[in-house]
Amino acid sequence: MNEIVFFINKVLVAGLVTGSIYAMGAVGVTLVFAILRFAHFAHGDLMTLGAFIAFALTAAFPHAGAIFGLPTAFVMLPAAMALTALLAIWIDGRFYRPLRERGAKPVVLVMASVGVTLMIQGLLRLFAGTGTRSMFIAERKDIFRIELPFELARRKIVITEPQILVILFAVVAAISLHWFLTRTRTGKAMRAMSDNPDLARLSGIDTQQVVRTTWIIAGSLAAAAGTLLSLDVALKPDMSFNILLPIFAAAIVGGVGQPYGAIAGGFLVGFAEVLSVFNWAILLRPFRPLLDGVVELPTHLAFVPTEYKLTVPFVILVAVLVWRPTGIFRGKVI
Amino acid sequence: MTTYRREIILFALLAILYGAVFTLFGAAYGLRMSVEALCYALVALGLTIQWGYAGLFNAGVMGFVAIGAFMTVLVSFPPNMAFWNSDMPARLGTVALYAIAGAALTWGATRLNRLGVPSRLRTLIAVMTGAAAWLVVSAALDPVARDIERQAGFIGGFGLPVLLGWVAGGAAAGAVAWFVGRICLGLRSDYLAIATLGIAEIVKALLKNADWLTKGTLTVSPLPWPVPTPEQVGFIWGRALYLALMATLVVVAWALLERAWRAPWGRMMRAIRDNETAAAAMGKNVNRRRLEIFVLGSVLMGAGGAALITFTRIFDPAGFLPLNHTFLIWVMIILGGAGSNLGAVFGALFVYVVWVMSEPAALLLFDAVREAGQAWFGWQAPADLDSRALQARVFVIGLTITLVLRYAPAGLIPEKATMQAPRPSAREKN
Amino acid sequence: MSFLEVCDIHAGYGGADILKGVSLSLREGEIGVIAGPNGAGKSTTLKAVFGLLHVSKGAILLDGNDITNRRPQELVRAGMSFVPQEKNVFPSLTVLENLEMGAFVRRDDYGHMIERIFDFFPPLREKAHQPAGELSGGQRQMVAMGRALMTEPRLLLLDEPTAGLSPKYMSEIFEHVVAVNRSGVTVLMVEQNARQALAIAHRGFILASGRNRHTGTGAELLADPEVARSFLGG
Repeated sequence: MNEIVFFINKVLVAGLVTGSIYAMGAVGVTLVFAILRFAHFAHGDLMTLGAFIAFALTAAFPHAGAIFGLPTAFVMLPAAMALTALLAIWIDGRFYRPLRERGAKPVVLVMASVGVTLMIQGLLRLFAGTGTRSMFIAERKDIFRIELPFELARRKIVITEPQILVILFAVVAAISLHWFLTRTRTGKAMRAMSDNPDLARLSGIDTQQVVRTTWIIAGSLAAAAGTLLSLDVALKPDMSFNILLPIFAAAIVGGVGQPYGAIAGGFLVGFAEVLSVFNWAILLRPFRPLLDGVVELPTHLAFVPTEYKLTVPFVILVAVLVWRPTGIFRGKVI
Repeated sequence: MTTYRREIILFALLAILYGAVFTLFGAAYGLRMSVEALCYALVALGLTIQWGYAGLFNAGVMGFVAIGAFMTVLVSFPPNMAFWNSDMPARLGTVALYAIAGAALTWGATRLNRLGVPSRLRTLIAVMTGAAAWLVVSAALDPVARDIERQAGFIGGFGLPVLLGWVAGGAAAGAVAWFVGRICLGLRSDYLAIATLGIAEIVKALLKNADWLTKGTLTVSPLPWPVPTPEQVGFIWGRALYLALMATLVVVAWALLERAWRAPWGRMMRAIRDNETAAAAMGKNVNRRRLEIFVLGSVLMGAGGAALITFTRIFDPAGFLPLNHTFLIWVMIILGGAGSNLGAVFGALFVYVVWVMSEPAALLLFDAVREAGQAWFGWQAPADLDSRALQARVFVIGLTITLVLRYAPAGLIPEKATMQAPRPSAREKN
Repeated sequence: MSFLEVCDIHAGYGGADILKGVSLSLREGEIGVIAGPNGAGKSTTLKAVFGLLHVSKGAILLDGNDITNRRPQELVRAGMSFVPQEKNVFPSLTVLENLEMGAFVRRDDYGHMIERIFDFFPPLREKAHQPAGELSGGQRQMVAMGRALMTEPRLLLLDEPTAGLSPKYMSEIFEHVVAVNRSGVTVLMVEQNARQALAIAHRGFILASGRNRHTGTGAELLADPEVARSFLGG
C-alpha cells in the first residue's frame, strides 16, 4: 500500500502538475502555429517574462495574498497575465508583423522569434540577475498531507498548495478556452482563420483582431504557466531552456494547430517524463520476499536518469515525426 | 560584370580592426583571436550552406560543434592506461554486446508480422522488448560506468593523430545530421529547427553527465595539437602555425564550396531553393538534395568544433551553451549575407572580434553606469553586476538578428552572380 | 445606368500583365457570365474586381463609385461577396459556423438570413451542425454560396461554381444561381461550362488572351455561329 501512495505522490501528482504546465504552454504555441504559421521559439521566455512580472508584483505587494488566503503570486496572476499579453502584442507588432507584411517565409519568422527570445533573456539577466528565487516572499508554501483511511498505508498523500492551484487553473483555463473557441464570434473567427486564412480574409474577418486575440491567449497562458511553475518549484531565469522542447513536443504530438491536441499532448509529455524518471524498483519492493534468491532486484530501476529528462520529449517528438507527423488530432503539416 | 568593391572595402576594414587588436593587445592575443575566429568561420561556412543554399534552419549548431569537439578528444587524447589495464574494457565490451543483442531482439520483434503475428500485437511486443532491453542495458552500464569513474576517471582517448580526430568529428556530426535530416526534412521547415534544438540539448546533457566517457565537468586537458605546441616553440610560433593551418583549411573549404556552387549541383540547389515546386515537378529529389546539404554543413560544423576545442586545449562540456552560441554563429552568417560564402567568412571574423571585445566594453560600460548611479542617485548596484553585464550581451545578439532580418535581409555581402529569386509577390495587405 | 462597370483594366500577379484590357458592364439584377478558353484571364478578372490583385490600368466602378484596388474587406462592406473556386469553406467549422463567419462584418441580428439560406439550400438545414469538410462537393458549394450570401450582398462573384461537380449537381447549382439572382442579387460568374451558363445569363463576356473577344446577351452569344465554333465546342 505504501508503494502505491508513493506512486501517487511521485507520478500522479507530479504528472498532473507537469502536464498542466506543458498543456498551457503548448496551447499558446499551437495557436500561434495555427494563426501565424510559425514555431514561436520565444514562448519559453514569454513564460519566464510572465513569471518575473508576477514576481515583481508580488515583491511590490507582498501581503496581498493574505486577504484571499492564497499565495500572493497567484493573486497577482491576472495582472501578470494581462501585462504579458500586452507585451506579446507589442512584440508581434515590433518584430513579427513587419516580416509578415513583407511576405517573409515562416522560417524567417522562426528566426526572428529566436532573436526575441535572446533579447528577453538578456534583459531578464540584466535586471534580475541569474540566481534562483522563491515566489513566496512574505508567506510559506502550504503543504497538505492527506491520510488514507487504510490500515496498510502509513504514508500520506502529499500535495502542496501551488500544485492544487496549477491543476485547478489548468482545468478552468481549458474549459474557458473551449467555451471561447466554440461560442464566441472571435473564437470562431480564430478557428476559421486557422482553417483557411485566405477565405477568412475574403469573408471580411478582421485578421488583425484575430492575431491580437491569439497573442492575448498565448501570452496570458504563458504568464500563467510560468508563474505557476515558479510557484511550484522556483523562479529561474533560464527556465525556458527546459520547457521549450517539451511544449513543442506537446504541440506536435497533439497535432499542430489543434488546441485540444495540445492539451492532450501536454499531459502525455508530462506523464511520459515523470514515468521515465520514476524509480520502478519501489513498486517491485513488496515482491522482494517472493523473488529472494531467484533474481536480484536492482535498487534503482528507471528508464532515464533525471539528468537526461529532456531526452523524453525529444524521443516522443522523433517518434511522432516518424510515424504520424500530423499528431494525434491531425494537425496541419504544411 | 560583378565588381568586388564592396567586398574589398569590407575586408580592408576588417584588416584594420584586426591590426588594431594586434597592436593594442599584443601578437599572442591577436593570434589567439584570429585562430578562434577562423574556427568559427569554418562552422559558419557549414551553417551558411544549410541556410543560404537550402533554407534549412539549424537551431542546434552548438550540438554539432560539441559532437565534433568530443570526437576529436576521443580519437586524439592519449590513452588512459588505468582504464586499459583493468578489467573494465572487457566489462564495457559486455555491455556493448548486451546493447547489440537488445537492438537485434527489438528489430526482430518489429519483423514479427512476417511470421503472421497481427501488426498491433507486433507493435506492442516490439515496444515492450525495446523497453526491457533498454532497462537491462542501462542497468548493466550503470555499475561499469561507476567503476570507471571511481578507478580510472574516464576511458581516455585512442592517441591517434589529431587531424584524424577532426575528420572523425566531422563524420560524427554528419552522421547525427543524417539521422535528424532523414526524419525532419520532408516535413515543414519549423520541425527541423525544433529537432535540432533538441539534439543540441541532448548532446550537451550527455557530454556533461556521462563522466565515464567525457570526464564531464572535470574537463579534459591538455589536448594534443596537430602543430607544435606553445610549450615546444613558444606562444607566438605555436599559434602562428595553428593559424596557418586554419587559414588553409578555411580557404580550401571556401574554394570547394564556391566550385560546387557553380557546378551543376549548385545550380540544382538554387533551383530547389528558389522554386521548390517547380524543381520537384522537374523530377528533382528535393529532400535528397537537402539531406546532402544538411549533412555537408554539419560535417563542416563538426570539424570546426574539433579545431576550436583542440586550440583551446581544454574540453569542457559546460562551455557549450546551446542557444546563445548557436545564435552567435547565426548572427555571423545573416550579417555576412546568407548563402554567400565570403559573407560567412567575413561575418565570422568580424562578429567574433566584436563579441570578444564586447566583454571588456560591457564591463567598462557597466562600471560607468555603477559609478554614475552611485554618484547621482546613491544607487547601490547589485553585487553581481559584472556577471549580469556579460550575460546581458545575448540581448545584443537577439537585437542584431531581428534588426538584420528586418532592415537588411540580404546581409553585408549579399549572394552574388545568381539570379535573385523574386520576392514572394506582395500579398494583399489587410 | 450600369451597376458594375469594368473599364479596360490591366492586371497581373506581379510579373507581366495577364489582363490586357478587359471591359465588362452589368446592370443591377442581371446575371453576367465570363467564359473563354483556359488562360484567357477569366478568374483573374474576377479576382481583380474583388481587389485580390493589383489593377495597374483602368477602373472598376460599383454603382458609380470607384472601387479600383480597394481591399476585399471594404468591398464586403460595400456589398460584394466572392466565392473562390476551391478551398471555399472552413472545413473544421460546422455548416452553421461557416454561415456565421460569412456574416462576420455584420453587427446586427442575422438570424433571419440563416433561415433564408436554409430555405435556399434545404440539404444544409439537416447538416447544420456537421463540419463542412465532411460534406459532399455539391453541398460544400452550397455552404460556400451561403457563406457569401450572409452579408446580403448586392453583387455576388462566383469563380467556377460547378468545377469538379457531377452533371446532376451542376444543373442543381445553376438552378440555385438563378434562384439567388431572382431574390435580387446581381451575379457575375466565371464558368467552364459556357453553354449551360450562357443559357441562364443576361450578359455574356467571352475573353481570350486577356482581352474581350465577344460581348452580348447570353442568347445572342449562344446564337452566334463564330462563338459556337470557337468557344462552345461546335
